[in-house]
Amino acid sequence: MNGHHTGVEEHDATNAYQSLSQTTGHDDPRWAFGTGVEDVQAEITSPVPDGVDAEDLAAYCQMLGDDALIYSHRLCEWVSNAPELEEDVALANIALDLLGQARVLLARAGHAEGAGRDEEVLAYARTEAQFRNVGLAELGDELDFAHAIARLLVFSSWRLALLDRLLGSADPVIAAVAGKGVKELTYHRDYAARWTLRLGDGTDESHHRMQAALDTVWPYVEELFRSTDEEHRLVAAGVAADPAQTRAEFDAVLGEVLAKATLTRPDRQPIGTIAGRGGRQGLHTEKLGHVLAEMQSLARQHPGARW
Amino acid sequence: MTTADLEQGFEATIAAGQRVEPRDWMPEAYRKTLIRQIAQHAHSEIIGMQPEGNWILRAPSLRRKAILLAKVQDEAGHGMYLYAAAETLGVDREELTEKLIESKQKYSSIFNYPALSYADIGVIGWLVDGAAICNQVPLCRCSYGPYARAMIRICKEESFHQRQGFELLLAMVNGTGAQREMVQESVNRWWWPSLMMFGPPDGDSPNTAQSMAWGIKRHTNDELRQRFVDMTVPQAAALGIALPDPALAWNEERQAHDYSEPDWDEFKAVIAGAGPANAQRIAHRRRAHESGAWVREAAQAYAGKQAAGAAPGSNEVAA
Repeated sequence: MNGHHTGVEEHDATNAYQSLSQTTGHDDPRWAFGTGVEDVQAEITSPVPDGVDAEDLAAYCQMLGDDALIYSHRLCEWVSNAPELEEDVALANIALDLLGQARVLLARAGHAEGAGRDEEVLAYARTEAQFRNVGLAELGDELDFAHAIARLLVFSSWRLALLDRLLGSADPVIAAVAGKGVKELTYHRDYAARWTLRLGDGTDESHHRMQAALDTVWPYVEELFRSTDEEHRLVAAGVAADPAQTRAEFDAVLGEVLAKATLTRPDRQPIGTIAGRGGRQGLHTEKLGHVLAEMQSLARQHPGARW
Repeated sequence: MTTADLEQGFEATIAAGQRVEPRDWMPEAYRKTLIRQIAQHAHSEIIGMQPEGNWILRAPSLRRKAILLAKVQDEAGHGMYLYAAAETLGVDREELTEKLIESKQKYSSIFNYPALSYADIGVIGWLVDGAAICNQVPLCRCSYGPYARAMIRICKEESFHQRQGFELLLAMVNGTGAQREMVQESVNRWWWPSLMMFGPPDGDSPNTAQSMAWGIKRHTNDELRQRFVDMTVPQAAALGIALPDPALAWNEERQAHDYSEPDWDEFKAVIAGAGPANAQRIAHRRRAHESGAWVREAAQAYAGKQAAGAAPGSNEVAA
């Protein structure tokens, strides 16, 4: 038995409570502490690098930002639904990391575009066809944990390979997001890989479920490595990474993890495009409309309101 | 040592204001009371994720979404520390979760009320977390060490959540007319349930005396409720929001606010299971727990295989 009680904690917490009504400016950025955006905030308004087309840069930031925004949103569906509290915390953590990336990238897109749209307008006032995320980001997991892990293993392995190549981007915001994002995605991929092993090499049931989930997700893999015209131009300008160049790294990582997990790499037809258009061109699965209907509902009910 | 000696040692520890630690002897009734209270507290954190979780997907700005998501994540973390504190008393999380979904253990009744607007997110932070802080701050000095230490960490995060809730309300009352109305409507709904969070009036609180004698509880329900009312009144004024109690007034003689009694019949009904969201909350928790069973089994099976694989002489090593 040790330790005498002190009144210190009680005193402090009571003070915190009492000082509430003395709080003034409600825009104080400290209120959003821990949301990961502060670190790169200063860079968002830096000028578009020389020789870079501002419209291309805006489009590219939207692609990377929308992937993160929509993926994060889908992960949020897991809150209070995960198989264990540790997984609730981990999935929320991943969702928060991606949301932080999305906020910076969309803010940068708005700045590059120069039409006065900020991250909130881009997230809440665009329609389906104006979103540029890949199909994989908008799939729901339907609270199937194997599906969540399969989707995350694919997404994080791909995005990590991409961000790793963006560390030296000529755009300072993209480089900063990559700098922070590589650390975050390394954790996301590690988390997904560890669960892939547990589920793949756990029980018969979990093996079966994990394989089925991989099979379901696999048609959305090919789209990840398809380059757009904007990306081609931005690769030449030193701003973007060509997603096609990340395929070998992705295949190597997946090959190693799936083999260790006693799983089989699926052999599935990729989802098709319409006249060559897919997610990057604003042509989405039927899911995205539902995602946006929910995500934007309250913001759209109160046009012009600040929260 | 005889039981009488052990009891005497325990009483001396409590009397000296020192902490009881997991390996120390403690009376069975003390252990049971603590398990009940810590489990109830852990369950409250976990069930409390649901009303706020109801708004994450509809958060009206990315900044608000990040704040809310981080808050709900903290609640899962609080649940984890508290279940860990309960485990030091010889129960495990799985067993406690089973009791929760079988309705054999309770959680804070406040979470049996629905979160119906985004203003509720602010009001839950301001009033519900505020009331929780009033209840919990004294627990940082609780006689049981692991619980007291968990509470120190939790209280720090709770007071941050409370400030974030208040800040959301401040933004909303400074916003459009519709936003201001939303805040007032929400406060009208949550005020009475928040007062009920301190438990029944002292005359009707059978466990209070023993818990106070054991140093598990340090103030009576009515003392804490009064403290909450006195703290909240000036904050409501700062928001320009009316608290829905016509009898609420400063009493110069008592140097405290007079206020009306909450509807204790409603309180009893909600505790007995007849609140607006009791059935929904338990069904949600049950579904999450039961549909995660195969995942937990897989993790255990995998860990078992790894341990067997690492052991010398196992098949894998031999092969």
